[in-house]
Amino acid sequence: MKRKIGSQVLASVLVNSVYAMINYPVVLINTLLAPLAILAVVTFASKGALLPVAAVGALIMNMVSSGTSLQQDLSHLKNDMRLQDMIVSSPTTSLVYIVGMAISEIVYSIPTLAFLVVLNLIFVKITLLGGLIIFLDMATIFTFSISLGFFLSTFTSDIIQSWGFSGILSPLLTTIPPVYYPITYIPYPYRYLAYLSPTTYASEIAQSQTGFFNPGVVGFSIAWIVLLAITGALTYLALKRSRWREN
Amino acid sequence: MRIQTSDLSKTYEKKYIALENLTLDLSLNGIFSIIGRNGAGKTTFVRIMSTELMPTSGSGFINEMDVVSQAIEVRQQIAVVPQEARPLPWLTPLQTVSSYLMWRGYSYREANEKGKEALRELGLEGKESVKSRKLSGGQKRKLMVATVISSEAPIVFLDEPTTGLDYLSRKELWQLLSKMKKDRLIILTTHYLEEAEILGDQIMILDSGKLVDIGKIDDLRSKVKLPYVLKVYSDNFKIEDNELQVHPVSEKETFVYGSATKIYGLVPYLVTNKMKFTVEEASLSNIFEQYLGGEEGENEKEDW
Ligand SMILES: Nc1ncnc2c1ncn2[C@@H]1O[C@H](COP(=O)(O)OP(=O)(O)OP(=O)(O)O)[C@@H](O)[C@H]1O
Ligand SMILES: [Mg+2]
Repeated sequence: MKRKIGSQVLASVLVNSVYAMINYPVVLINTLLAPLAILAVVTFASKGALLPVAAVGALIMNMVSSGTSLQQDLSHLKNDMRLQDMIVSSPTTSLVYIVGMAISEIVYSIPTLAFLVVLNLIFVKITLLGGLIIFLDMATIFTFSISLGFFLSTFTSDIIQSWGFSGILSPLLTTIPPVYYPITYIPYPYRYLAYLSPTTYASEIAQSQTGFFNPGVVGFSIAWIVLLAITGALTYLALKRSRWREN
Repeated sequence: MRIQTSDLSKTYEKKYIALENLTLDLSLNGIFSIIGRNGAGKTTFVRIMSTELMPTSGSGFINEMDVVSQAIEVRQQIAVVPQEARPLPWLTPLQTVSSYLMWRGYSYREANEKGKEALRELGLEGKESVKSRKLSGGQKRKLMVATVISSEAPIVFLDEPTTGLDYLSRKELWQLLSKMKKDRLIILTTHYLEEAEILGDQIMILDSGKLVDIGKIDDLRSKVKLPYVLKVYSDNFKIEDNELQVHPVSEKETFVYGSATKIYGLVPYLVTNKMKFTVEEASLSNIFEQYLGGEEGENEKEDW
C-alpha cells in the first residue's frame, strides 16, 4: 500500500488539537488567557509604555510555551495512554510524528496568535523587514522549544517526571527571561543569568526591531548565532538522541 | 509469516531478568498464543518483537527482518495493541480508529470508512460518536482491538486483548480473530487458557523469562505425563494409584489424570460397576499446571 505522509502528519494534528478543540471548545479560551494575562499586567504596570514590547514578547512566548505544552502532551500520550508504543511500532517515523505534533501546538494557539498579530499590527511600528525578522525569530525559537519538549518527553516514564521537567523548563524559558520588558531593565549581575536562556536572545532580536532595545550589529549577530547554535544542537539531539524506542 | 528469535534476552535496569535466551523459529499463518504467569515475560517479548523495546542481547526477526536494525521495514508489516493501551478519552471511537489508520498512512476518507467497518464488526456501531471516556472497560478494550484489525498489517500483536471482556464478547472476538487469521499472523497473549487453546495454532509457554515449551496443543499434550482426564460421576468411586492423580471435585464427581494406558485400563471397572464417566484429553489448563507445577501438580514438582 502507498502510505501518505500528509495523512500521518494530519493524524497528529487532529488528535492533539482539532479533535480536542471540537470535542471540548472550552480549551480555546484557556489557551487565549495565559499570554494575555501577563500582557495585561505588564501594560498596566508600565502605564501603557511597554505595550509594544509586551505584544511582541507575547508572540515569542507563545512559541516557547508550545514546546513546554508539547512535552506535557507527549508525555501524557506516551505514559498514561501508551499511544506512543502504537506509533513507534507503526509506519509513522519519529520525525513525522513530532512535525505533526508541533503543528498541532500551533493550531491549538491559532486564536491567541490571531489576536496577538492584530494587536501588534495596531500598536507596534515595525518595517516589513522587521516583521520578517520577527517571524524568522519566532520560527527559530519554536523549533528550539519543540525539539526540547520532544527530547525530554521521550525520557519521561510517568507523570511526576513529566511535571518535574516542565516545572524546571517553564520558569527557565518563560518566566525569568526578559520577554515582556527590555533586558536593560535587569541590573547587573543578574543580567548574565538572563543570558542563560535562549529565550533572552530571541526576545533581544524581536525587541531590536521595535526600537526598545538596541544591541548594535555585533550584539544582534551574536544573538542570532547563539540562538541558531542552541536550536541546531537541540534539533540534532531530538532527532538523533531521543529515546524513541525504549531501552 | 515467520517469527524467529535467537538467544533473545532482556534485563531491565541491569538487574531484572525478564527474558532469558529465548530461541524459536516459527512459520505460520494463524494465531500464536503466548501464555505464562504474571511477570513471565510475555509483554517484554511482544514489545521487543514489535520494535518498541530494545533487547539486551540476542536477536529477533519478523519475516526475516531484524527487529533492531530493520525496524523501519518491520513496522510496515505490524500493528500492535499494547497491554495497557487505552483510547484517548477526548476522542470518539471513530476518531480513535481513523486516526490510527491515518498514522499508518491511510487517507482521511479511507480511514473513516475502514474505521466504521471495524467498529461495526466489534459491535460498537452505536457508540461511534460518543466520547471514549463514556465507554465501559470492555468496550474500551474492543475499541483498541478495532484499531489494529482494521489495518492492513499482516502481523498483529495483541497483548491480553480479551482481559475484561464478558464471555459472549470474548467469543465474538474469537470468531473475528479466527476469521482474520487466514492470511495473517496474530500474536496473542492471554491468561484465559481456554482461549489460548481454542485459538492457538501454536502455543508458547513462558516461565520466569524462559521458554518452557512451544508447539501445537497436541505436541504439548504428548509431552506431559498425564495427558488424559477421566471424569467419573459417582459417589462410591475410590482409587489409589501412584501413577494417577486423583482430584475429588465434589461428592459425586472425581477427576483422574493419567496416561492413556492407565486411564483406559480403568474403563472395564467403571463399566462393570455401572458408573457414569467420560474420558477426555487434558485441556491446556491441565497441561499448563503439569508444566508449571502449582497446587494440583504437586507430584510433578520435583521434576521441574
Ligand atoms: N520497565 C520495567 N522495568 C523493570 N522491570 C520490568 C519492567 N517491565 C517489566 N519488568 C519485569 O520484567 C518481568 C516480565 O514482565 P512482563 O511485563 O514481560 O510480564 P508479563 O508476562 O507480560 O506479565 P503479565 O501477565 O502480568 O502482563 C517482570 O518480572 C517485571 O517485573
Ligand atoms: Mg503483560
